[in-house]
Amino acid sequence: MLYLQLFISFFRIGLFGFGGGLAILSLIQMEVEAHGWMTQQEFVDIVAVSQVTPGPIGINCATYVGYTAGGLWGSVLTTFAIVLPSLIIMLSVCRAYFWLNRRFQGNPYFEQTLRILRFTVIGLIASAALLLIRPTNFIDTASWIIFGVVAFFTILPELVRSQTTNPKSIRGKILNLASHPILLIVLAGLAGYILYA
Amino acid sequence: MLPLIQREVVDRQHWIDEEEFLNMIALAQAAPGLIAVNSAIFIGWRIGGWRGVCGAVLGAVLPSFLIILMIAMVFSDWKNLPAVEAVFKGVRPAVVALIAAPLVKLARSAKITWLTALIPVTAALLIWLGGVNPVWVIVSAIIITLIVEKLKNKN
Repeated sequence: MLYLQLFISFFRIGLFGFGGGLAILSLIQMEVEAHGWMTQQEFVDIVAVSQVTPGPIGINCATYVGYTAGGLWGSVLTTFAIVLPSLIIMLSVCRAYFWLNRRFQGNPYFEQTLRILRFTVIGLIASAALLLIRPTNFIDTASWIIFGVVAFFTILPELVRSQTTNPKSIRGKILNLASHPILLIVLAGLAGYILYA
Repeated sequence: MLPLIQREVVDRQHWIDEEEFLNMIALAQAAPGLIAVNSAIFIGWRIGGWRGVCGAVLGAVLPSFLIILMIAMVFSDWKNLPAVEAVFKGVRPAVVALIAAPLVKLARSAKITWLTALIPVTAALLIWLGGVNPVWVIVSAIIITLIVEKLKNKN
């Protein structure tokens, strides 16, 4: 029963996860919390681990939840389940690639749906962040300072990078380094160790 | 991740050309699921049919799977250590910032206006305060768009 439930949940996440990485987080969050497979805190921790390890965040979460809820086979099952909808849909799309291209390119229904989904996905990501703003994750003022600093450095390239900034120039390289998620996570972890250990 | 894929399959291996790569991104992003996995399926199919798909998908999934499996195996023992707990206390607000901050870039690249901003705001409120499953938000967004387009075309 657990395995069936895991399969259904992650198949659903794969099937409705539009917009990649961050957008899929809110779907995972909802499923794992509804079934009690992970606490809110565990979810944040695994997202942190995902940020510092390579690979798609969806696979990372699926594997982790599968393992904690159902052991080794659970992790194999959830990882397979999240990939399966992609396999079914992308393979059908690939087989009909040229036919689809002719039919869908410029089709107003198709183009408009994609456009609206792009907006919707922004809301999904926002909700994932909003749901995580809780006393368990923000324990004191220092938490808010860490939040502010990390948000600032992540947005920084957007704010100061002009069209003419070459990503390969020294300025571009410094910007990229300063906003690198792995570096920011490691520094936040260091701050946590100094503050709370 | 896409620049990495481009360097490997277009520049280095010459499996597909620039134009086909752009088509691939469009398809991989339009289809549901993980973009990296969708791209792997496209390239795998294009290069080697079924076998290509199996190889490409395993290649895209296995490294993350193995790394996370190893971490999951030890993490349950480690996470109660005071030092690890302290590190994660610092990391948690950073993670929330890393999820929230890209919204600026996303909103800008989607060329969001005050009117279209209603869509993500409604979606976020439904999920955050209303506890609505994001799946239903996606499904209703698709259905409403199709109905609105249909009505527009009638007039």
